[in-house]
Amino acid sequence: MLYAFGGVALVCLGLYGLVALEHMLRRILAVNVMGTGVFLILIASAARAEGAPDPVPHAMVLTGIVVAVSATALAVALACRVAEQEQEGRPEGEVKP
Amino acid sequence: MIGVGAETWLILCIALPFTLAVAAYVVGPRANLYVAWLAGLAIPLASAGLCYGVVTEGAIRYAVGGWDQPLGIALHADVLSGLMVLLSAVVGLVTCLYGHRYLGGADDASSRSYWPLWLMLWGALNALFLAGDAFNVYVTLELVTLASVGLVAMTGKAVSVRASFRYLILALAGSLAYLLGVALLYAQHGVLDLVMLGEQLGTDWASVAACAAVTVGLILKAALFPMHFWLPAAHGSAPAPVSAVLSALVVKASFYLVLRYWLDVFPASVTDVGSFVLSGLGAAAIIWGSVQALRTPRLKLLVAYSTVAQLGYLFLVLPLLRDAAQRDAVVTGLICLALAHGLAKAGAFMAAGAMQRVAGDDGMHGLRGVSVSTPVAVFAFALAGISLMGLPPAGGFGAKWVLLDASIASDNWLIAAIMLAGGLLAAGYIFRFIRVAFHTEEFAGSVVTRHRTLEWSAMALALAALLMGFLVEPISIWVANAGAAGTTQLAEVVP
Repeated sequence: MLYAFGGVALVCLGLYGLVALEHMLRRILAVNVMGTGVFLILIASAARAEGAPDPVPHAMVLTGIVVAVSATALAVALACRVAEQEQEGRPEGEVKP
Repeated sequence: MIGVGAETWLILCIALPFTLAVAAYVVGPRANLYVAWLAGLAIPLASAGLCYGVVTEGAIRYAVGGWDQPLGIALHADVLSGLMVLLSAVVGLVTCLYGHRYLGGADDASSRSYWPLWLMLWGALNALFLAGDAFNVYVTLELVTLASVGLVAMTGKAVSVRASFRYLILALAGSLAYLLGVALLYAQHGVLDLVMLGEQLGTDWASVAACAAVTVGLILKAALFPMHFWLPAAHGSAPAPVSAVLSALVVKASFYLVLRYWLDVFPASVTDVGSFVLSGLGAAAIIWGSVQALRTPRLKLLVAYSTVAQLGYLFLVLPLLRDAAQRDAVVTGLICLALAHGLAKAGAFMAAGAMQRVAGDDGMHGLRGVSVSTPVAVFAFALAGISLMGLPPAGGFGAKWVLLDASIASDNWLIAAIMLAGGLLAAGYIFRFIRVAFHTEEFAGSVVTRHRTLEWSAMALALAALLMGFLVEPISIWVANAGAAGTTQLAEVVP
């Protein structure tokens, strides 16, 4: 139960970061914090009153981590591209967001 | 289709695009032409086979790897998912032709990444429509996101890279909200299969919370009104064939999931307040999207804002699903509206792309008199507009007629009024462009360059949207049959 509440806290923290932060890297981290919170809730749900824990949530979290890693990689690659373009000065077609 | 079961088509619908995507990546741009033709012929064939099977034989389930419930992962195809697969097939076929011509056979970065990403997206969409398991849906949602973000960023321009980053972060947040809902569902019921979940859910707070988390996550990805801000930038800055697919199929995938969950999983947990909040947001989306479309200075942004507005209709009528007498009619209307909008919007984006090619720019000012050099594209845009406005005999008309009928029959006059007002606003922004296109004396571009394939692809989709109107009747029969089959099945289970 403690872990589940920890997970909820992480989700809220990540969501706040996502809304409040401007910097790209920080926003990527915020999404990751949020994801970790969801994974923690899933893991907490695997615990049972008696006997071995339920393996299915573990499999889901593993898959979820793989998805999160690839999504983070793509996000970081895009952030790098944006940073490069900003260093090269104002490229063509740039509009103020 | 004789000798090949619907299950085989089901597997081919998912396996073919993924295989071709990997092949396209390995072989590289030399084989683009063959990949385009192979994908454009084989995948729609498989989709048509699946759809035929589902309509004639009823819903099918396939246990992947022979593992049965509750441990195994099921693929599930019924009329709703079959028609969505068919929509992706039609739009996909035209996109293959259009994309090959639009990007050219040139060996540049964008044509190298286009084919693997697009086929990956197609496969992920089919897998999403056919998934019968809540967690599998999450994985396919993420696949769809990653592939579409890649496609938006493909050109490498600063605008599109920024738009795609924003899109990615928001889509990830949406998927995580969805996953949170799935975690709540699993913690409570211990199953992930959508059909089994639907049998167990009730009105308790945990089910309602799960329903809320899943719905919020999905509407973020479906760009419903207050969360639509990422859509115009992402759809407007992508290359035309990509925008067409994103607007026609990708946002529709999230909507499909909302509908699937509300119909099959959460019918007991959806509260009146929740459905009316979504309906109100839908109404706001129609008004706001249309007003923005009337004001924007660029053609592709106009079409993208029109997507925001048209998605509003799909959510506007959700409360009508709570009325059991109107359920079949509303489902029919929603499917038809999603199909008609998919075809019309893809056609409109492709037409816009063809005009942009000629004028060099999609600013409204640069497109003055564009009907001189791309008459077919302008005509296609207007035909697609007929479906968006909801004039007969287009698919948009049939769908809205069914939905209007249902909303009046259940005394929801406000919903009917908003739908009619939305049609007027749509007429406003379509004619806004048509007027500009016929300022022929001010035409600045060259008349010589013709892009026949581009123009006629847009035309084919616009015509398909127009003729969709004749499909409304059969779809309503299929939905009614499927509904009847579903209740008899349930009746067998209960005693």
